[in-house]
Amino acid sequence: MTTALTNSGTAEAIPGTERNRDRKRNPGGLLARARRSYADHWYAWAMVLPVVAVLAVLVGYPLGRGIFLSFTDANEANIGRTIGDFEVPATYRFIGFDNYWNILSGREGSFYPRLSWTVVWTASCVLLHYTIGLGLAMLLNRRVRGRSLYRVLLILPWAVPPFVAAFAWKLMYNTDNGVLNALLAKAGVGAVDWLGDPLVQKVSVVAVNTWLGVPFMMVALLGGLQSIPRELHEAAEMDGASAWQRFRNVTLPGLRPVSGTVVLLGTIWTFNMFPIIYLVIGQAGGTESEILVTYAYRLAFQGVRDYAGSASYGIVILSLLLVFSVFYRRLLGRQEVAR
Amino acid sequence: MSGLPAGHPSRRGTRARGERSRAASAALHAVLVLASLVALFPIAFIALVSLRGESGWAHPMEMAGFTLANYAQVLGRTGFATWFLNSAVVAAGTMLVGVLISASAGYAVSRMRFPGHRSLMWSFLVFQMFPVAVLIVPLYNLLGRLGLLDSHGGLIITYCSVAVPFCAWMLKGYFDSIPADIDEAGRVDGLTPFGTFWRLIVPLARPGLAVTAFYTFLTAWGEVAFATQFLSSEEHYTLAVGMQTFVGPHRAEWGLLTASAVLIMIPAGLLFFFAQKHLVAGLTAGGSKG
Repeated sequence: MTTALTNSGTAEAIPGTERNRDRKRNPGGLLARARRSYADHWYAWAMVLPVVAVLAVLVGYPLGRGIFLSFTDANEANIGRTIGDFEVPATYRFIGFDNYWNILSGREGSFYPRLSWTVVWTASCVLLHYTIGLGLAMLLNRRVRGRSLYRVLLILPWAVPPFVAAFAWKLMYNTDNGVLNALLAKAGVGAVDWLGDPLVQKVSVVAVNTWLGVPFMMVALLGGLQSIPRELHEAAEMDGASAWQRFRNVTLPGLRPVSGTVVLLGTIWTFNMFPIIYLVIGQAGGTESEILVTYAYRLAFQGVRDYAGSASYGIVILSLLLVFSVFYRRLLGRQEVAR
Repeated sequence: MSGLPAGHPSRRGTRARGERSRAASAALHAVLVLASLVALFPIAFIALVSLRGESGWAHPMEMAGFTLANYAQVLGRTGFATWFLNSAVVAAGTMLVGVLISASAGYAVSRMRFPGHRSLMWSFLVFQMFPVAVLIVPLYNLLGRLGLLDSHGGLIITYCSVAVPFCAWMLKGYFDSIPADIDEAGRVDGLTPFGTFWRLIVPLARPGLAVTAFYTFLTAWGEVAFATQFLSSEEHYTLAVGMQTFVGPHRAEWGLLTASAVLIMIPAGLLFFFAQKHLVAGLTAGGSKG
């Protein structure tokens, strides 16, 4: 009951809840109400049970184990395993917060550089996705000849699996035999070391991810634009609002529900975007452009496998994302209230 | 390009609705054509390279020596066909399990208010944030103990850790968009809540289920990190792992790589072409009411 009331933002979106609440407010007696609520809840719990069970096993257990590992010094040598019939006992020790201290104090040396690049990577990718996606969506939302053809062409990158795109761009970026440098040579510009120089490398991967991610944003925002009633624009135009004012005061607020979700999801996905960085540059040895996720992955599976260090990195990444999304939701909520 | 959303609408202001000056129209098309070219170029380039034989990639600007040799080799002498099948099996398995398990939960979260409702919604979102790094080592150990490493079943189980919360989240948004009057009608006719869900809502939500399934398939199809570590024998590789063997520190079989890229993109592209209308509708329903 209280959840339904505090959650009025959601409740408004669902016509049925309003009615449910009324029904519950006029109960046919205490016993009947208790029985009905038990029946309701029993049903609800039974229906979510499969998901809860699966998540408990597949996410809950590994998460617990990951947290546990992050407090130990486990690595490949001491984790314990079975070789044939011979069992090697685990010999790793509990070392408390040492891993976290190492990471957060900067003693381990790669956290803060990785973090700042990850933030830049996420921010620039999401910003480019959103602005380009919105721009194209607004163009496609007009009456344009050949609109459906444009739309199919613009959606195409989305149909390309990320690992294929990563390879394709890696080939195009090839310094000696890549098509980009060949085009530059035609234009009389010298070759660029796309994947060598740390800074250019970063620009290159952002470009790949932008190419890959814009269609999703475009499609999502196009759907959002189409759901804004035409009358709103017409009314604003009648009132003499300029195009910019209409964009600010009609289009953007109308898009907010869609924007809020896709920006949040986009941020999470980009922050954890593994294949692009890993396949385009990750293995080439350059660690400059690695984001937190690929770095943690490398810790766990290259050289002496540092399971504990990798797990601690994972927990830190997760905490960062959690803090971000809590603040983000707060911010959205406050804007909602302010209006 | 980022100036577009700000700058563009202003062109509309001075004219009657729906009309544009010739210059504005030309600019509009120019932008769209340019964007389409950027979107299309890498794909077209890969297709071109794939047709130019084993070493055609080294001369990207030449337009000669077209042959299907790369395709013949990819299909005949590499594990491509097996990998393709493996990827399809894993992605389809993840899709089926994910959608089947999460549909009823999505409905319950959409329609019923119960203790734990909020935290469940919240956890659907949070679980999508799980970085590979938190889960991969524990899951690796867990699957190792169960003897499921290097198997498709193990990979499907792994992918479900992401697919299930995602599906539940998407489907919840979808069910929200179906009027609750329908539920009421079902209830009046004496259906149980599950009966309502199964007989009335699921058939109505079929497009939403399809879209969610499609996204889940796509995510599993393109996954790299888990597959790279969990699969160790070549006959179990998925495409994402198998294609890494074409291009590595000591090998640069770009001909093979581009040919397989094209073979992967053709079915994906066709699917998108037919599904795109529904994808738009599905996303907004799922996205706007998260």
